[in-house]
Amino acid sequence: MARMKFLCDADRCIECNACVTACKNEHEVPWGINRRRVVTINDGKPGERSVSMACMHCTDAPCAAVCPVDCFYTTADAVVLHSKDLCIGCGYCFYACPFGAPQYPKVGNFGSRGKMDKCTFCAGGPEADGSKEEYEKYGANRLAEGKLPLCAEMCSTKSLLAGDGDVIAQIYKERVSRRGYGSGAWGWQTAYRETIAT
Amino acid sequence: MLGVLAKFMMQVRFIAGALALAFTIAIAAPATAQQPTTVNPTASAVQERQLLQELNRIQGRVTIPDKKADLLEQPAGRDWRQWHQVTLRWIGAIAILGMLALLVVFYLARGQVKLEKGLSGRKIVRFNAVERFVHWLTATCFLVLAVSGLNVTFGKALLLPLIGPSAFSTWSELAKYSHNFLSFPFTIGVILIFLMWIGSNIPNRTDVEWVKRGGGIIGKDHPPAGHFNAGQKMIYWIVVLGGGASAVTGYLLLFPFYGTEISGMQLAQIVHSVVAVLFIAAMLGHIYIGTIGMEGAFEAMGEGTVDVNWAKEHHPLWLDDELNRTKETQAQAAARPAE
Repeated sequence: MARMKFLCDADRCIECNACVTACKNEHEVPWGINRRRVVTINDGKPGERSVSMACMHCTDAPCAAVCPVDCFYTTADAVVLHSKDLCIGCGYCFYACPFGAPQYPKVGNFGSRGKMDKCTFCAGGPEADGSKEEYEKYGANRLAEGKLPLCAEMCSTKSLLAGDGDVIAQIYKERVSRRGYGSGAWGWQTAYRETIAT
Repeated sequence: MLGVLAKFMMQVRFIAGALALAFTIAIAAPATAQQPTTVNPTASAVQERQLLQELNRIQGRVTIPDKKADLLEQPAGRDWRQWHQVTLRWIGAIAILGMLALLVVFYLARGQVKLEKGLSGRKIVRFNAVERFVHWLTATCFLVLAVSGLNVTFGKALLLPLIGPSAFSTWSELAKYSHNFLSFPFTIGVILIFLMWIGSNIPNRTDVEWVKRGGGIIGKDHPPAGHFNAGQKMIYWIVVLGGGASAVTGYLLLFPFYGTEISGMQLAQIVHSVVAVLFIAAMLGHIYIGTIGMEGAFEAMGEGTVDVNWAKEHHPLWLDDELNRTKETQAQAAARPAE
């Protein structure tokens, strides 16, 4: 089985926010929730970089470890998913997540923020693949249809890569060696405890 | 004549223009030649590793309305996880199980603290209805808060395997709502306790003597004490300070991003949980001595009255004060002429 990962090539990201929009549209994500976002560092200064970030589907995921009700599970593709039926909306995954991935449908206190929502790597949830219930709670299940996450699939500069970690690491490595530079695989060290040697 | 002059001027203009063009090209040529053939756009690019080394977090700017999303990475979440999953469980288990073990050993060794002279049959009011209401308001809230709080840290390991994920989630959600909403009456209770009993809980010289003589906990000694002895004053300050600290940190967690951002919430959770487990351990001791640990103690908070012999043995200075006050009121009443 593949080990699914995201990789954002910050030297290619043009901060168009199409990945953000595509994600919201594909999964009918409610207003106020952003499963994916683009963060620009050193905005307007020389050397500024933009990174598209969502749940990184960490190895030994911190959210799963701290969840008081154990509502997380990892799929055979190493995608970190959760059950909204079990989630109690306590916010602990949000404290532990290094990437700010967990989102809550309501603003206000953690007592009434509702069930946590996050990027599913377009892999749905515990319900039957492609079912109406799954779509309503978690959005589309593209992985079950043999498709990769939409954010990366439609990225205009192919900055955002999604897929088998080894394959996308190889693509990134080849890019870097051809063009002669690369600012690295953002978040990989934190998420996967490894980085891409270039 | 005019025509010749005009022609000459045109020639001059042409030559001057040609010279100016040649000069510009001559100046510009070396500059073009010096332009580098390749550019390195990463020469000044921000580096992830360097940013993480500086602040252990990476923050930028987002164009979506949710400005809190500008925190790109906070690896500190991993440290908080280690705290929550390992360190806190050890501290909590040692504090609470340690206190329980201590109480069992103490009960087996010392037994119940009996009244030496038995019951006198005469009662004296120790806590009035308002005091008892505030005490039990705070106490019941505390019990629910303690159980629902412990569930967050230990429930997954202890209760989840027994009742299964679905029932455990239902229970945990109920526990979370109880924890959040009962925090309000609990906080009011702590504030009222603080105001109501502050007068009798300022440490004084009697307490030094009481502590020196071990409070009569070991052996049959009965060091004198006023309304509250040094042990009870300690409980009072644990409730006021511990309750205050858990309320403040709890509200920071309950209302995320109002007072703190994520690193503040992690710190608040650490303080909240440490204070909470120590608070629970201390309250176990309080519950023990107020129930099975001492004869005649429970009725003070249960019915509000205590036996005079109990007061004489445990709080003689308070009993004297009470008796003197009663005498004074009686004397005043007697001195008042009948109408």
